[in-house]
Amino acid sequence: MTVSPSLDERFRAAAAAAALLDVAFDVVDDTPIGPLLVGVTEHGVCRISFDADPERHLEVLARRFGPRVLRSRKPVDRVRHELDEYFAGRRRRFDLDVDTRFVSPYNKLVLEELARVEYGTTTTYGALAAKTGNPRAARAVGTVMNRNPIPIVLPCHRVVGASGSLTGYAGGLDRKERLLRLEGVLF
Amino acid sequence: MIPPFETFYDAHRDEVYRFLGRRLGRDRAEDVFQETFLRALRAYPTLEHGEHLRAWVFTIASRLVVDELRRTRPQGELPELAAEDGLPAFEDLAPLTADLPPKERAAVVLRYGYDLAYDEIGAALGSTEQAARQAASAGVRRLRKEQR
Repeated sequence: MTVSPSLDERFRAAAAAAALLDVAFDVVDDTPIGPLLVGVTEHGVCRISFDADPERHLEVLARRFGPRVLRSRKPVDRVRHELDEYFAGRRRRFDLDVDTRFVSPYNKLVLEELARVEYGTTTTYGALAAKTGNPRAARAVGTVMNRNPIPIVLPCHRVVGASGSLTGYAGGLDRKERLLRLEGVLF
Repeated sequence: MIPPFETFYDAHRDEVYRFLGRRLGRDRAEDVFQETFLRALRAYPTLEHGEHLRAWVFTIASRLVVDELRRTRPQGELPELAAEDGLPAFEDLAPLTADLPPKERAAVVLRYGYDLAYDEIGAALGSTEQAARQAASAGVRRLRKEQR
């Protein structure tokens, strides 16, 4: 006798409804760039990862946000919906709060500037560095992009090298290319 | 370090559900299952370490079983002393057993506080029926010795 899927779902929904979770996560399947793991807290989206295996995230999420990390579908629905619209080309900006409370002050500053880079445009590591007060910090900005906890919503795919080359992406260059193609930057 | 709740839930949900099913039947087990893990979730951030989580969640489940049986006992029926009213509650046993090694303490509380069978205690503690029996009797021997 094992817990039925419907009982399991009911418990997970009840846990979220009672506001007892530090992080609710779910896997958003069927995106053009593969399944995504999405985590949300009461403050907003706290994690999007191209590595959709929850096992590889549970410990880190628990350390950062608290031990009550549980898979629960409902709290992730809004993010899932906006991602669906984005991938269908029907959404150009996300109306989602983000939870970056564990991000260091410098990284947070860079991510805030990054959030202003608009759909269908690109910027460079150097330009983003200049906006955060240090034009020579292109490499540091690259590191912040690489560690971006909430890719897509915080659009690090819109940051490219000075020569226009795609340079790098934590999710792999083909995903970056795909996202820029979707936004009409690449053809 | 307390494991992420998902890991804890995943490890124990089926055996807790089986335990509740045996005690309450399937329909009532479903409600109590949900309440068990919601209570665990509420108390989870206050845990000081991640040891004996299995015994801990079985303790929560056992208390809810006792409540449920008490709540639903038909009016007018004579109370059954052995299984419910006659047993010391966890609150009574907890201070008495505070100095026992954790495994013996859990075995004593689950056996004498909640009337769990030894195979259930074995399951709760992640060991065997035999080991649960030994832990409970070692715990009782130790308590007797301390009282002298």
